[in-house]
Amino acid sequence: MKAKVFLSLILLCGGLAAPPARAGDAALQAPAACDVPSYLLATESQLPKVADAVKAGKPLEILVIGSGSTRIPASEESSYPARMQTILKDKLPPAEPVHVSVEIQSKKTAEETAATFVKLMEAKAPTLVIWQTGTVDAIRSIDPDDFRGAVTEGVAALQNAGADVVLMNLQYSPRTETMISVPPYLDNMRVVAQEHDIPLFDRFAIMRQWNDQGQFDLFNSSRGPEMAKQVHDCLGRALAQFVMDAAHLGPAQPQN
Amino acid sequence: MTIADQVTGSTIAGTVGAPPVEAKPRAVSPAITLPSIGERELRLDLFRGLALWLIFVDHLPPSLLTWLTIRNYGFSDATEIFIFISGYTAAFVYGRAMLESGFVIATARILRRVWQIYVAHVFLFTIFLAEISYVATSFENPLYTEEMGIMDFLKQPDVTIVQALLLRFRPVNMDVLPLYIILMLALPLILWLMKWRPDVTLGLSVLLYAATWQYDLYLTAYPNGFWAFNPFAWQLLFVFGAWCALGGARRMSRILASRVTMWISIAYLVAAFYVTLTWYVPQLSHFMPKRIEQWMYPIDKANLDVLRFTHFLALAALTVRFLPRDWPGLKSPWLRPLILCGQHSLEIFCLGVFLAFAGHFILAEVSGGPGMHALISLCGILVMWGMAWVISWYKQVADKSGAKTKNAAGNADLAGGG
Repeated sequence: MKAKVFLSLILLCGGLAAPPARAGDAALQAPAACDVPSYLLATESQLPKVADAVKAGKPLEILVIGSGSTRIPASEESSYPARMQTILKDKLPPAEPVHVSVEIQSKKTAEETAATFVKLMEAKAPTLVIWQTGTVDAIRSIDPDDFRGAVTEGVAALQNAGADVVLMNLQYSPRTETMISVPPYLDNMRVVAQEHDIPLFDRFAIMRQWNDQGQFDLFNSSRGPEMAKQVHDCLGRALAQFVMDAAHLGPAQPQN
Repeated sequence: MTIADQVTGSTIAGTVGAPPVEAKPRAVSPAITLPSIGERELRLDLFRGLALWLIFVDHLPPSLLTWLTIRNYGFSDATEIFIFISGYTAAFVYGRAMLESGFVIATARILRRVWQIYVAHVFLFTIFLAEISYVATSFENPLYTEEMGIMDFLKQPDVTIVQALLLRFRPVNMDVLPLYIILMLALPLILWLMKWRPDVTLGLSVLLYAATWQYDLYLTAYPNGFWAFNPFAWQLLFVFGAWCALGGARRMSRILASRVTMWISIAYLVAAFYVTLTWYVPQLSHFMPKRIEQWMYPIDKANLDVLRFTHFLALAALTVRFLPRDWPGLKSPWLRPLILCGQHSLEIFCLGVFLAFAGHFILAEVSGGPGMHALISLCGILVMWGMAWVISWYKQVADKSGAKTKNAAGNADLAGGG
């Protein structure tokens, strides 16, 4: 118990000492604000198909399926899928073609989204699907059991279509914390990820970490897109790192 | 300050209308001014006060203080404590009323209490509406465009407000009072059964709990889903509290005193702590057998998962064992704030929900860092304490002026919002 408090204190001091987030850093050098403790990016589950594709030098086709929080209105090229593509291209061998496409289904629950998967997968045939979900379900307070069922079915459909799957959970949104009950949806996504042995990108915990440490002030009500762009840039980096770790791809030179 | 001081202090105190400043040490007294009921069980007040503080801290965005709340160290959290103690005190106060004045009078008094809780709930809802409307018009961070979808319900206030009055639309953090209302509504029946056969009543309660799990009983909510605290399941804690108050605790004392119980409890709490640790330090989950994980998750809060209930039982068993009723620390001034808050739980609970809203608000407007965050939590707790003190002081003064007419058993204060 004491250790935990102590640890938090250290983190707090670190957070206070950290320089404020800066805008527009050089494109590929990760800004300090993007730091994520390694345990938040650790996963036991693997991405065998991604690993195989990169080893065989086949193109890496990634599909991001998400709701509204996967994009920044009016600046798509700064959203995390686009940033992830840039980072992956930089870190993987130059010969490796990486292509990220995005399928936004705004205001759709997990169940509604999952219903489109069979067709979607036929059309795109990706190696890896990153499925961001949960927000709409939380807003509409869908029964968490139904939500879990829908995510389970969706994951199964994606896997049956031959893709590796990464789940991404909700954003940490302190302003709406008194209005949207998030924990049941986080828990259920964790459960589905565990049951299917697929990696879960814990966007919620990562963003909360940034907020707690003062790297980003997520309470901010600014109307400008600047902070949104920075957060998405960091998310894209973390996600690229996460995918490479889960697929056991070293930076710049894949093992073997 | 010795016990004798307090007892004499409370009986003689202020009969001659001392100035309010001097009344401070006497705020202690209402606990002991009810000789007909016997000495007030300060442990109940202490832990209910603690539960109220923890609920408040849990309702704020996470900060350093959040690490001090028990939900980070096991399955159960402050809600279990709150509901159990509420069942205990409610049965204690209204059970007595039922024995003395009969079923009808006791029921009438319970209903009056239910009405107070309902009004408190509606009051909090109004504050919530004010907050959310303000946020809806002032918050335009493009990062959270999607989350702002929650404001859509403002577009149809006709439906939303009616649903709120029906207790079906309950914003986040406002789930406890509706549960409490339902449980209190059932209290006359529970007490009536308890008067007949306490053990059978507890048995029925367990049956209902089992049926809830077996047949998936629930109350629907608006716009979707169900009650975040399913009353059919959570009644178990409430009835168990009532059962303990009406003699069950005494009959269990041998079990509670046994070493076996103690070691089982300790082992269970340690295991639960380890499991919780794996949530925060995922590396540890290497050592968690997958099969146990699959059996265990999800730990269902809405239906009071058995793991949560047993966790609470283990905590309670150890507490009763290591914190005896006559523990001198209970009279220490350091625990006074907690006990005071526990003695006025309805008021302090509502205040806590309000302060959590207000705290969010300040955090949002001032955009302070973690320091600000901790400061707000501390201030909130101080405000809760101050308010509890004022209520205590006022009740004491009011009781004194009306002492001639007021029957000791009529003091709803012991029910502590119970």
